[in-house]
Amino acid sequence: MKSSLSPFSADPIVQVRNLTKRFGDFTAVDGVSFDIRQGEILGLLGPNGAGKTTTIQMLLGLITPTAGEISMFGLPFDRHREEILGRVNFSSTYVSMPQALTVEENLRVIAKLYGMDRVTARIDDIVKRLEMEEFRTKITRKLSSGQMTRLSLAKAFLTEPKVLFLDEPTASLDPDIAHKTRALIKEIRRSTGLTVLYTSHNMREMEEMSDRIIFLQRGRIVAEGTAAAIKAVYGETDLEDVFLKLARATPPGVKHP
Amino acid sequence: MKLHRIAALLSRHLYLYKRSFPRVLEIVYWPFVDLLIWGFITLYLAQFKAALPNFVLFFLGALILWDVLFRAQQGITISFLEEIWSRNLMNLFASPLTTGEFLAATMILSMSKVLAVSCVTVLAALAFYSFNIFVLGVSLIPFVLNLVIAGWCIGVLTTGLIMRYGQEVEVLAWGMVFLFQPISCVFYPLSVLPDWLQAIARLNPATHVFEGMRAVITAGAFPAHELAWAVGLNLLFHMMFAACKDKGLLVRVGE
Repeated sequence: MKSSLSPFSADPIVQVRNLTKRFGDFTAVDGVSFDIRQGEILGLLGPNGAGKTTTIQMLLGLITPTAGEISMFGLPFDRHREEILGRVNFSSTYVSMPQALTVEENLRVIAKLYGMDRVTARIDDIVKRLEMEEFRTKITRKLSSGQMTRLSLAKAFLTEPKVLFLDEPTASLDPDIAHKTRALIKEIRRSTGLTVLYTSHNMREMEEMSDRIIFLQRGRIVAEGTAAAIKAVYGETDLEDVFLKLARATPPGVKHP
Repeated sequence: MKLHRIAALLSRHLYLYKRSFPRVLEIVYWPFVDLLIWGFITLYLAQFKAALPNFVLFFLGALILWDVLFRAQQGITISFLEEIWSRNLMNLFASPLTTGEFLAATMILSMSKVLAVSCVTVLAALAFYSFNIFVLGVSLIPFVLNLVIAGWCIGVLTTGLIMRYGQEVEVLAWGMVFLFQPISCVFYPLSVLPDWLQAIARLNPATHVFEGMRAVITAGAFPAHELAWAVGLNLLFHMMFAACKDKGLLVRVGE
């Protein structure tokens, strides 16, 4: 299942220290710290409401952290937002794109937004790689959920990011396209040294894709390591069983009735 | 401030107009219908105008200028709502796009809308009522600019409220400018308001533009005093919005 060893370097390209987000009395992310090395695929795992999406949104500058520090490419995020986001992109099942524009028009707007050159050639390439030719000129509103996911991925790959945040990227894809998408991510990582933060509720996919996994629960990191190491620590042979064990564990400070 | 990012946002909105008939109607048809209805009412009332000279000029001029304010505000707010409706805000603000570039793009869109709508209303007023807005002379330019800036201020304020309180206050996109209408003295002079309301109306830049317009029509003089008030208040509003932006109030979407 596990992909061949990745060519990632020892240098962290993303550094997160004591990242915290509170919404009133509710703490969504609670003092989270981790690094992602260049070329590494880090899996972010956890039950619904664990703080995965909030963490990614803070890494994208969409939510201001209550406390903590984020730096990418050696630059503090709060002082180098534009420079960092020019080299970062994301894809999420939960984000759409302008519905009245065609697929190609949406990609053109994104390419302009990131100041890309050779726009048509880049769009031709990504459309081909994600097998989007048949709906390239289709109005976005008329896309199926699988096609919409591919558009979101195309938007993310189009800008040739150095760091990519993928929030359940294959959630609505059929097994064939999902397999091709994972292969594409791995191929781009191999050829460009792309760094990826990956979330999914598909444990087999997480195991296949991730060099390392962080398990979040109630905003805190409760396990960290390779899939094999985490399974060994919890005495399980299946990552899904580890997930269930961690997700159902009583959080610290809470007593059983 | 990067021009390519502003151009990207502009192209995103221009693509919409290519195949959206309702959006074209918004620019061409509705302002025309407004002018037609109010123009005929004005002509009818003008039959009884004995004591009120320049009645038609006051009313039609006010109508055309009010549309400038309204469309300038709409240009900002509707562009923002388009992003909310299409769940596209995350794509924009997770890119290197800055709040300043986002506002610059919506202001350019708003100005383009104002120009397109003004062409329709000015030509219709000329064709149907032989009313030439250019009778206001050179003062027309600063009047229009002040109204556009006032419209932008209201538009940015509305956008900020929608960002802060979410889609439940979305209705303000259409209603906000009308909250200002009674104290903008569009169709009547400031003097008809009660004293306490006059004090409030004087704080509104648009009031000084419409007062200025009536001064030009009545006395033919350039209303430097009114214009100075309008410009001063607009600068004050602009500084307030800059402070809002600095505190991040404009991008706290859904928090």
